[in-house]
Amino acid sequence: MPIEPTIKSRPIYGTLSPQKGTEHLLIADAEGAQAILDLAKSAPEGFFAAAEIVYIPRASGEGHVAALKALKPARFYDGPSIAAALPRLRQTFATAHMGLRVYLAGTEGLIGQAMLAATEAGIDYSSIQTEHRGSLARRVQCVHCKGVTEDVTTQPVTCAHCGLTLFVRDHYSRRLAAFQGVCINAEDRSEQVPVEEVFP
Amino acid sequence: MGIQFRKETFRDDFSFKNSPEHVRRFPFPFHEDSYMYAVNIEPHKPGPKGSVLEFPFDVDEHYVSEMEDRALVLAEDPLRCQSLPHMTLAGWDLLELLMVSMAESYPEHFTLTRDGDTWHWINRPLGIDDTFVFGDTSTLPYGPMEYITRQSQGDYCILDQRDGNLWMDAGIVTTQADWSLDFDIGMNFFEWHAPVPLAHEKGIFTRALKFLLNVQQGQPARRLNWTMTINPRLDTSPENYHKWGPDRTTVTPENVGDKVHLRVELQTFWRLPRSNALVFPIRCYLIKMDELATSPKWAKRLHRVIRDLPEELATYKGLTRYRPTLVEWLSKYDDGGVTSPGFGPD
Ligand code: HEM
Repeated sequence: MPIEPTIKSRPIYGTLSPQKGTEHLLIADAEGAQAILDLAKSAPEGFFAAAEIVYIPRASGEGHVAALKALKPARFYDGPSIAAALPRLRQTFATAHMGLRVYLAGTEGLIGQAMLAATEAGIDYSSIQTEHRGSLARRVQCVHCKGVTEDVTTQPVTCAHCGLTLFVRDHYSRRLAAFQGVCINAEDRSEQVPVEEVFP
Repeated sequence: MGIQFRKETFRDDFSFKNSPEHVRRFPFPFHEDSYMYAVNIEPHKPGPKGSVLEFPFDVDEHYVSEMEDRALVLAEDPLRCQSLPHMTLAGWDLLELLMVSMAESYPEHFTLTRDGDTWHWINRPLGIDDTFVFGDTSTLPYGPMEYITRQSQGDYCILDQRDGNLWMDAGIVTTQADWSLDFDIGMNFFEWHAPVPLAHEKGIFTRALKFLLNVQQGQPARRLNWTMTINPRLDTSPENYHKWGPDRTTVTPENVGDKVHLRVELQTFWRLPRSNALVFPIRCYLIKMDELATSPKWAKRLHRVIRDLPEELATYKGLTRYRPTLVEWLSKYDDGGVTSPGFGPD
C-alpha cells in the first residue's frame, strides 16, 4: 500500500536509486531489503564494493539475508533491532566522509530513526534517499507523557508509557522521528472508541 | 500613575477577569460579521493611546499574574522553553528588543541602563534588579531568551531564516492554543502549519511566508488570530489536554457568560539585528462572554461569526461540543440589525 501525501509535515518517500558517491551506506529493515535488491539491478560496477549494508530483518526479513550478502557489500551488518543498531549508525555517520551517500528503506520507524541519526551528524535530510516498504506501522510520541510507542498498527492506540488512549495524528516530527499521539477521549473519558487496525 | 496589576489566577479557581477599561481595549478580531482565513498582515504601527497597540509590546493589568502562571508551567514542564544551540545570539537580540522597548514605553515600571556591555535591568513589578554582561550567558540566571520572556507577556517563537524558509528553532510557549513547541521545534513554516485546515489550499501560507522572509529590521508587522477557551486558562497545551479537555463538557446555557472566553492572539513579526532571525511574539488576550456582551456590537457580531463559521474551522478550534449552546446564548444579543464597520466596540 503506497503512502499518500496528507498534511505537509507527513513525510513521503521515493524509490532508491544509485547515486554518485565514494561510499554508500544502505540501511533497511524487514521488507526494505527488497528495495536494496531492486536498486542493485541498476547499480553500476563496483557500487557494492564501496557499500555497507545495515540490515535489521525483524520478524519477516530473515529470508532476505542471503540475497543481500550475495551483493557482496564491503561490510554487512545483521542487527536484532533498530535500537540496537543505532549506536553503530551514529558512529558511522559521525566519522563519514563528504562522499558518503545514504539510502534508507523499510518501515517509517527505521527510515525516521536512521535519518535522525544522520541529520544529527550534520547530513542534510534532503540528500538522503528513502523508500517505504512493508508495514505501515508508526512510531508515535505521546504528547502528554513524551514516551514513544513503537510499531503502532491501530487507531487509537494505548500509550505504552502512561496508558492514555491516543489518536495517532499525521503530524510528524523529524526531530523525534515520530507521529504525534493525542488523547482521543480527553474531553469525556467515558467515551469508548473502537480500536481498528489501520496501519497494517 | 502606573498600571494597577491584578492578583489573579488562570487555573484552579480562575479568578482572572478584565477591568472595565480593559474590556474596552480588548483587541476584538472581527471587522465584519463573518470570518475566514486570510493573509491578514499589516504594519505594526503604534495605535491610539490606551489601546493594546499604543506600544510595540503591550504590558497590561494581567502582567504580574501571567508571569506567575508561566513560572508554574515551566516548573512542571521545562520542555515548554527550548532553544537549539545556534539560537543563542537571537536570544540576545530578543532580550535587547524587549528591554529597550519595555523601558521606553513604561519607564515607571522598567529601567535599563547600559554602560558598554554592562547592562543594569530593573523590573519593578516583578522585583528584579540584575546587572549582567550583554552577550555573556553565564551572567544571567537563564539563557537570554528564557530570562527576558519570563518577564514578558505572551509566547515567543524565534525563527531561523535559511533556505528560503523559516525554522522554528527556539521558543517559550506556555499560553498556546493547543500546539506543542516540543513537537514542532525544528520544523519549517509549512510543517508546523500542517494541521491547519483550508489555508494551505488557499495559498495563504505561501503568500504569508513570502511576506515574512522580507520583514525588515525596524518595520515590524502584525496580525490577529483567535479561538475560544473554556475558563480563562492560559495553558491550553496539548501536553495537558487530558486535564483541560473536560472543561469543554461543562458549558450550559446558565454559565456561558462566565465560562466561555474569546481568546485573541496579537501576533507580531520582528527582524532581529545580529542573528537575522525573525521573532514571533504571540500575545494572548482573554475575555469572557459577559464582559464581551457589554458591547452590543461585539456580541451581535460574534453571534454571526460563530453561527456561520465553516465546520472545518469550528472543528479545528475545538468549538464543536459547545457551539450550539454558545450560539443560542449570543443570539439574545442579535436584533438582526446592521453592525458598524471596523473592530471597535461602538
Ligand atoms: C513565523 C511566524 C508564525 C508562527 C511561528 C506560527 C505558528 C503557528 C502555529 C504553531 C499554529 C498552530 C498549528 C497547529 O494546529 O498545530 C498556527 C496556526 C495558524 N497560523 Fe501561524 N504562525 C506564524 C505566522 C503565520 C502567518 C503570517 C499567518 C498568516 C496568514 C498564519 C496563519 C495561521 C492560521 C490561519 C492558523 C490557524 C489558526 C486557528 O484557526 O486558530 N501564521 N501558527
